[in-house]
Amino acid sequence: MSAVLLNDETKKVLITPLVNDNPITLQVLGICSALAVTSQMSTSLIMALALTLVTAFSSAAISAIRNHIPSSIRIIVQMTIIASLVIVVDQLLKAFAYDVSKQLSVFVGLIITNCIVMGRAEGYAMKNPPLESFMDGIGNGLGYSLILIIVAFFRETLGSGKLLGIEVFKLTKDGGWYDPNGLMLLPPSAFFIIGLIIWSVRQWKPEQAEKVEFKIMSISHGEGGHH
Amino acid sequence: MLKCEQLKIYQDKICVALDKCEHYQKFKVYKDKVLALGNDSLEKTIAIAVALCLVCAVLVSFSAVALKSLQVHNKELDMKKNILDVAGLLQEGSDIDSAFAEKIEAKIVNLETGDYVEDMNAAEYDQRKAAKDPALSVAIPKDKDIAHIRVKAKFAKVFLVKESGAIKSIILPVNGYGLWSTLYGFLSLDADGQTVQSINFYDQQETPGLGGEVVNPKWRELWKGKKVYAETDQPSAEKGLIESAEMGEPALSLIKGVVDNTKPGSQYQVDGLAGASLTSTGVTNLVRYWMSNEGFAPYLAKVRTVKGVKS
Repeated sequence: MSAVLLNDETKKVLITPLVNDNPITLQVLGICSALAVTSQMSTSLIMALALTLVTAFSSAAISAIRNHIPSSIRIIVQMTIIASLVIVVDQLLKAFAYDVSKQLSVFVGLIITNCIVMGRAEGYAMKNPPLESFMDGIGNGLGYSLILIIVAFFRETLGSGKLLGIEVFKLTKDGGWYDPNGLMLLPPSAFFIIGLIIWSVRQWKPEQAEKVEFKIMSISHGEGGHH
Repeated sequence: MLKCEQLKIYQDKICVALDKCEHYQKFKVYKDKVLALGNDSLEKTIAIAVALCLVCAVLVSFSAVALKSLQVHNKELDMKKNILDVAGLLQEGSDIDSAFAEKIEAKIVNLETGDYVEDMNAAEYDQRKAAKDPALSVAIPKDKDIAHIRVKAKFAKVFLVKESGAIKSIILPVNGYGLWSTLYGFLSLDADGQTVQSINFYDQQETPGLGGEVVNPKWRELWKGKKVYAETDQPSAEKGLIESAEMGEPALSLIKGVVDNTKPGSQYQVDGLAGASLTSTGVTNLVRYWMSNEGFAPYLAKVRTVKGVKS
């Protein structure tokens, strides 16, 4: 097993999605659920785990039958496999983590439409063998998880003074010093945090910044330039 | 290890049986033929689609059936937790099953007469199931169906919290349509059948963050102390329709914005949910429906009277 894990390709597909090719910060996929479920660390962790498992197993399954998938129904075949796995995950959550599944509500079902799962199926699993595809799914799932955990960390601590439900800052209403920031509990705050993460990653690794597609031409005549 | 060997024996047996089976042989030949076909041929496309659907359907239905009992148990536990919560009896870390058995008494109420039904087993009665059973339910006339639920069970399962013999709270099941889904919940009233203690929704699929805020404890806190029925010194237009002499029509509603507590009538008003006017209207309608003559008004009228509810 260790020999397989140390294989260069597996290593590459496991590690590059963490920072260098992160599905959220570089590919900017899967933002919707990253906004919705990150107000608490516990829901984020479960969501991250669910997405990682679904991506890994769907990639492996799709890769296993990749040579026999008719190209005309390619996307439907992928969707069917992904949707089935998501339903199984949803059923498992309802059986073993009922409270979390209630909080996640529709977002577990929405993993089906999460661009990361589809993106990996179409972009990697259709062209690579099952084991590598499985690892690629795990890697991308972990990249997604990493961002989710960072966002949830800031949102839960700043928004409700807690982490995983355990008090870290004593709130003013309980006689403490911290006045919670209500914005952090609302989805837009995840936008700001993800934006800041993307900005810092691209400062650290400037090659990730997209090239400017076009430049606004400077106006050489008229008085517009004087203002 | 024994199991492994047993499994192997079974496997061998199945293989032998399959080898003998004519249909399986035909299937094998067909499978090889299809797999050898070009990926874009019509036959292969259809065969792959059918095979994939079969495998996925088996996977999904297996997981749904195998996990059903656990899920049902979770749901029951959750329901009990919600009832304890709406009664204000939920304590962190306590055993829900025993707390429920100790403090809460389930009763079946005939919605038409408002009397208790004693010959039904309250523990086993499922009002939501009964609402779907033609023998146990009635269709609601369109003009009266303000909660948009179309049918209701003839018998409702209410929960009572008693303290030294006297009723402390009455917990009534309510449901009604919001924006996306039917909301199911409990409304808990004081023994006067008029003052709200709490409300709680245990099943809803409203937009998370907007309509989904019906489960927000802060918002639910606003319901405490609100009055359901218009009191007689503020005559309501259709006064007298209700059997009870003292109570008017259900007047409780969710309003846009924040309730001004200094204004008259604010005891009938609860803050609407920001950004969720359809869910708010739905909640108003479901409370008004279930508190009307169609719902629990006859029962509550009997609770208020000295004679009490007949069994």
